[in-house]
Amino acid sequence: MADASIVRDARLDTGRRLAAPLGRFAALLAIALALFAAILMLFGRNPLRAYADIFSSTLGSTYGFSETLVKMAPLILTALAAAVPARIWLINVGGEGQLFVGALCATWAAIHLAGLPSFLLLTIMAALGFLGGGLWAAIAGALRASGRVSETISTLLMNYVAILLVNFLVFGPWKDPEGVNYPQTVEFAAGAILPMLGGTRVHLGLVLALVATAVLAFMLARTRWGLEVRAIGGNAEAARRNGIPIERYVLVMMFIGGGLAGLAGMAEVSAIQGRLRPSLSPGYGYSGFLISWMAGGHPAGIVAAAFVLAVITAGGDILQMTQALPGSVVNILMAVVLFVVLGRQAGRR
Amino acid sequence: MIAGIVRSLLSGSIVSGTPLLYATLAELLSERAGVVNLGLEGVMLVGAVVGFIATVHTGSAAVGLVAAGLAGGVFNLIFAFVVVRRRANQLAAGLTLMFCGVGLSALMGARYVGSQIAGLPELRVPILADLPIVGPALFAHDVLVYAAVPVAALTWWVLFRTRWGLFVRAVGENPVAAFAAGKNPHVVQYQVLFVAGVLGGIAGAHLSLAVARTWAEWMTAGRGFIAVALVIFSTWHPLRAVAGALLFGGAISLQLQLQALGVPLSPFLLDMLPYVLSLAVLAVWGGRARHAAPGSLGRVFQGTP
Repeated sequence: MADASIVRDARLDTGRRLAAPLGRFAALLAIALALFAAILMLFGRNPLRAYADIFSSTLGSTYGFSETLVKMAPLILTALAAAVPARIWLINVGGEGQLFVGALCATWAAIHLAGLPSFLLLTIMAALGFLGGGLWAAIAGALRASGRVSETISTLLMNYVAILLVNFLVFGPWKDPEGVNYPQTVEFAAGAILPMLGGTRVHLGLVLALVATAVLAFMLARTRWGLEVRAIGGNAEAARRNGIPIERYVLVMMFIGGGLAGLAGMAEVSAIQGRLRPSLSPGYGYSGFLISWMAGGHPAGIVAAAFVLAVITAGGDILQMTQALPGSVVNILMAVVLFVVLGRQAGRR
Repeated sequence: MIAGIVRSLLSGSIVSGTPLLYATLAELLSERAGVVNLGLEGVMLVGAVVGFIATVHTGSAAVGLVAAGLAGGVFNLIFAFVVVRRRANQLAAGLTLMFCGVGLSALMGARYVGSQIAGLPELRVPILADLPIVGPALFAHDVLVYAAVPVAALTWWVLFRTRWGLFVRAVGENPVAAFAAGKNPHVVQYQVLFVAGVLGGIAGAHLSLAVARTWAEWMTAGRGFIAVALVIFSTWHPLRAVAGALLFGGAISLQLQLQALGVPLSPFLLDMLPYVLSLAVLAVWGGRARHAAPGSLGRVFQGTP
């Protein structure tokens, strides 16, 4: 009798464990949407029309849905860029800069090695993008490992340096001579463009992002490396006394995180832009950081939160066109969602 | 020629350093109370846009300045609620506040892009302003420039010479002890974050009312983040913040001067100067500065119901 009730309770518990977070997330989302509607009304806009526009341009049509998936690729990768170092309490706010450096390195290969066969060229571009973003982040890692500069502030400052570096190149040495006044490089050769899936703009980058999420989740849970990472995350002092080289892990985690953001940059220039432009990213790196926090670093949570923010990001483009609202207004919607989620997780640090 | 360059450089350092100083003091106060605010960038933007709009409608930059301060203070209270009351992660909440500020200021300012204002008037100090070189560089500025160093001194006096300042520092070092001494850390943090918001709003207003005299989206261009670095550079001390703000104002001004002189260097490389300088300065001083950080910076007091 007693046993049976325990079993039933356990089963109930499993069901609840799956349903409760979803229900809670939906409730939080509803609060956030209501708050944003109130802000829009305050400025004399019709929130219902704005939401209708966002919905019809993202989830309401096949094309819109594919565009949402397009935005998911860089968001998942930059979220991982924050989530991986966060495993050992490193705060990487530099996804944006790492994305730009990755794009820059991939562009170098696309321009200078354009004659190579496509498969080889894309592999080199991805490798260089990963390496560039990774090394860029590893600078912040090295400054942190030597106890000099907090990685939070160094990654933030390096975002500006990276974006200026890309601006310097596309306005200067790498400028397309036929681009008249547009700051951009020459168009990539066909071999430097990532393959798309079935006539949409959804590209291989999304597959890469999902694979990277799964591989990292597996490595953290099942390998010796993952065990040591979890040991450092659990108690850095105890890990150090057990002979785990913490400084090396600081460098490695920053490198992997930065590399993933660099990969996002490579995918964006290759598949979406087809050339390097300063308008490469509408702040994917920062959004990625916030996605990672919303999801608490959990892999499935990252994919889910990236989907929500992808809808918001894609919806921003349409609000700009139909409602004559400035494009950065979606930042408010994103911020409201995040405030509600962050405020709900009281006490979590 | 040389005298002209020196004068513009000195004057430019002071003008560019002023918003940085207000922003640095805002961040310094928050951090002394144990709260890191990465959202200062957003607070500055809200201050800049509200100050600008109020000035356009009333024609008075003084009204604009007050509006900017109030808007910054109230806006920062959103952050205060989330991190103090709801105990959210300070860094994530700060970045969220930044996004919120970017979006809100863009929405509010959309109709005002391109509007012109007279802005804060230049106040020339009689006699002194007529001195060669030093005169125009030091004694022909707007009221916020003259007030900046006194505000830094006032911040020092409040923090280190008043009871309230003692409690602010106690909350930053050890909120449990402050609580035991009969002061509610949460109340103190709310007060500090409001004051910091006012200072941040004024920092933004200096950009829109005195420097640019116009409104542009994201016109702060990372100055809020540079202020966070400057707080570490100044080892959480208001008077050292003056030196830091001048140094970084100098970097911004030097870059503008080199561009004006037509030095054959890409403006984008010159624009990197303040950020690279921040990093270099932290890399050299950072290790030592850490010991000066408030004891419970970034942590959350969970003692009261």
